[in-house]
Amino acid sequence: MSSNAVIGSPVSRVDGPDKVHGRATYAAEFKPEGLAYAALVLSRIPSGRIKSIDVSLAMTVPGVVSVITHENAPRLPYKEMKKRPQVDPKAGGQLRVFQDDKVLWSGQPIACVVADSIEQAETAADLIRVTYSPDAQAQTKFDRALGLKPAPEAEADGRPGETQRGDAASAFDSSPVKVEGWYLQPREQHNPIELHATIAKWDGDHLTLWDKTQWVDNDRAEIAHVFDIPQDKIRVISPFVGGAFGSALRTWHHVHIAAMAAKMTGRAVRLELTRREQFTNTGSRPHTEQHVALGALEDGRLAALIQEAWGQTSTYEEYAETTLDPPRQTYSVANNATRYRLVHMNVNTPTSMRAPGVATGVFAQEIAMDELAVALGMDPVELRLKNYAETDEYKSKPWSSKELRACYAKAADDFGWSRRSPEPRSMQDNGQLVGWGMATAIYPSHRSPAQATVRLHRDGHVLLRTAASDMGPGTYTSMTQVAADTLDLPVEKVRFELGDTDFAMAPVHGGSITMASVGTAVMAACQALQKKVGELAAASSGGPFKGAASDTLLFQGGGLALKNGGGFTPYGEFLAQHGLEWLDAEGKSEPGAESETHTSSAFGAVFAEVRVDPDLGTVRVPRLVGAYDVGRVINPKIAHSQCIGGMVGGIGMALLEMVEWDDRYGRVMNANLAEYLVPVCADIVQLEASFVPSDDKIFNPLGVKGLAEIAISGVAPAIANAVFHATGKRVRDLPILPERLLL
Amino acid sequence: MPEDGRALEIELRVNGQSRRLGVEGSTTLLDALRDRLHLTGTKKGCDLGQCGACTVLLDGQRVVSCLTLAAQADGRDVITIEGIAPEGQLHPVQAAFIEHDAFQCGYCTPGQIMSAVALIQEGRATSDEEIREHMSGNLCRCGAYTNIVAAVRDAAAKMA
Ligand code: FES
Ligand code: FES
Repeated sequence: MSSNAVIGSPVSRVDGPDKVHGRATYAAEFKPEGLAYAALVLSRIPSGRIKSIDVSLAMTVPGVVSVITHENAPRLPYKEMKKRPQVDPKAGGQLRVFQDDKVLWSGQPIACVVADSIEQAETAADLIRVTYSPDAQAQTKFDRALGLKPAPEAEADGRPGETQRGDAASAFDSSPVKVEGWYLQPREQHNPIELHATIAKWDGDHLTLWDKTQWVDNDRAEIAHVFDIPQDKIRVISPFVGGAFGSALRTWHHVHIAAMAAKMTGRAVRLELTRREQFTNTGSRPHTEQHVALGALEDGRLAALIQEAWGQTSTYEEYAETTLDPPRQTYSVANNATRYRLVHMNVNTPTSMRAPGVATGVFAQEIAMDELAVALGMDPVELRLKNYAETDEYKSKPWSSKELRACYAKAADDFGWSRRSPEPRSMQDNGQLVGWGMATAIYPSHRSPAQATVRLHRDGHVLLRTAASDMGPGTYTSMTQVAADTLDLPVEKVRFELGDTDFAMAPVHGGSITMASVGTAVMAACQALQKKVGELAAASSGGPFKGAASDTLLFQGGGLALKNGGGFTPYGEFLAQHGLEWLDAEGKSEPGAESETHTSSAFGAVFAEVRVDPDLGTVRVPRLVGAYDVGRVINPKIAHSQCIGGMVGGIGMALLEMVEWDDRYGRVMNANLAEYLVPVCADIVQLEASFVPSDDKIFNPLGVKGLAEIAISGVAPAIANAVFHATGKRVRDLPILPERLLL
Repeated sequence: MPEDGRALEIELRVNGQSRRLGVEGSTTLLDALRDRLHLTGTKKGCDLGQCGACTVLLDGQRVVSCLTLAAQADGRDVITIEGIAPEGQLHPVQAAFIEHDAFQCGYCTPGQIMSAVALIQEGRATSDEEIREHMSGNLCRCGAYTNIVAAVRDAAAKMA
């Protein structure tokens, strides 16, 4: 079929020129006629009611078109969706914005000003005066004692309250070697550099949304339910997404506000959240506390693995994560117990953030494994190999592919692990404590139904379309490569468009599923096009292809030929011969029996070097080395970028990132990018990522497994383990702040 | 008062072109560029001077345009990402960013490129360490930093 081997080659991003010229258009940058600007007012108490809201002064600001509060907002239907999309919590209900006087968290939108300019809107928003009746029972402290079992809907969705294999408690008790500890993952914010923004415009009963979203199709479905209008009356457009990492999976209430404001004012309205507003309105990685207990035999074999997690959620929705999948699946252990509890608080609902749940569970598990290695006096890599899971013991299924051994070997070799001296504080350099640590990375691979259309044009180029998204991983480029490879065309002859509900259906751009889902649909569309060309050719009244059987045809070099040589006809000429301007085809793909028979997962091994200043407790990461099994790699250049991006995220998770929470008032104290620290250029020195040979054709015909999330999985514990090796001090609370090392 | 009812009328020389527009006293250069002149290549990531996405050159100096009032730029020269290369061409820094895959989502990219262009002009891109230090005002949440450093190093060498 394919012969030009575009798949696997380091093609530069096809959207690169648009991005470096500043021509790529993100949600806030569209400019429909008569555009008005919206600014929000946020609540200042964590729980209670709005007693009064005085907008009179705001209304006097020149240019103000409307001020919307719960007092004048239209009552919206907020119809329940028949089946909740996978991005929404399975229990509770979303915020029905401006529908009543209730305040559910500090930082909730309670009013919206629409004005001719953003300056006017912001000025007026500042002049709105609100009084509250606060609720004395506000739940602002994280208290494990309040932890509740997930709702049955969440349990049915793979977030069980308890799992049990063997008898973990007694196996732990009788284990000769044991470690046990408590681990803290603080609340984190995605903080994509692009702000969340929506432009809404009604034309009669038809709504257009230009939105920052990882899933245009679901955005449309959600808004259709909020307003109770048919989906075909809504179009969502989102060609570029300036990062999201999960924050744009759901259709948040600010999207409802934009659509409501546009409806009320009869204007196109842009609502761009401020950086501060994003901290309390677009979800976060939930604060999670975990307990891990590992029991082992003297030879290092795990006898018991117990992991428990308490995750934070809101009072109005139950966001549950797959935090405890890793401890059920990563290692071979006969006695395994997990327990998951949710602590409901007056916060906005948390959401998926890169490797949701998994990164959190892996962080605790992989530090505990390092502690066990120390307790056993065993090399950390050897301990992991000793407990290698040949099958998925949780689901009792074989892996569709697993090259984790090769990942350990490759990364250890690239890193120079054999030169490590195991004793903590034994490697010093220039007055700095040097530490080497490692961790396993794991992230499940899934796929969802997807569709794509393809149009072959007379000039020989093809246009592919699907309602997918590209928040940075390179969907535009990798899909172009899949099409070019399947059709044997140069990449310049392929145009790929996404991010529009007018295009063929695509699943959420999250959970690393895009390549396996949309990629296989693109491949299927291209194959369908070849089939059509073949049928047309065979039906010709004359010429070389007349009556040709499909298996005698060759699609190569931008045209059609006979396998036995001869008859080569460029596609353009072929269309002309058949009197066609273009030829359309479509393809779809969906998971098959393999999703029942196998477990699919990406794997990796991450090695970290740290340098710790013994006086100041500051930690630097001069290098990270990772090797990954992600199935087939469509574009090594872009895949490498994704991996180093995940590593940077992991360095942030390990050393910098946390929402500072004032648990007296239930407020975020550092809702900006100067106080919520993320890695900067000077924090990052050397990052090496490589891919071990892997091709998972059981999982899908492209052989890919997906690689966005795997890249952050395991990074923080590898760094934490290196910090222990450097200092002899075990830090189990993230981030590893200097004071946590010194005290 | 200018015709459109705004408080001030100013003149910006943007990418070599003179542009007259009405602004409020509080209008930032960033909002003037994005919302009024529809030059959306300059990005807003924080509006607080904390991310660098809005970096432009004002009279040849890099500034964060979200902390610069439009009125302060009255009569001055503004270069944005749209103006660093002639139509249809790539500036060496732009070319190096593509070559080294120095971005993912692309949202921080115009700001990164503007900083890099200024840095090279200032002669402050002579080592990786120097580049890392001086590019640290430009956050990249996609984490393209090592590729950004490689791109700036490469472009600086080509422009030398
Ligand atoms: S938008 Fe100006 S520095 Fe962030
Ligand atoms: S490329 Fe996405 S923030 Fe830098």
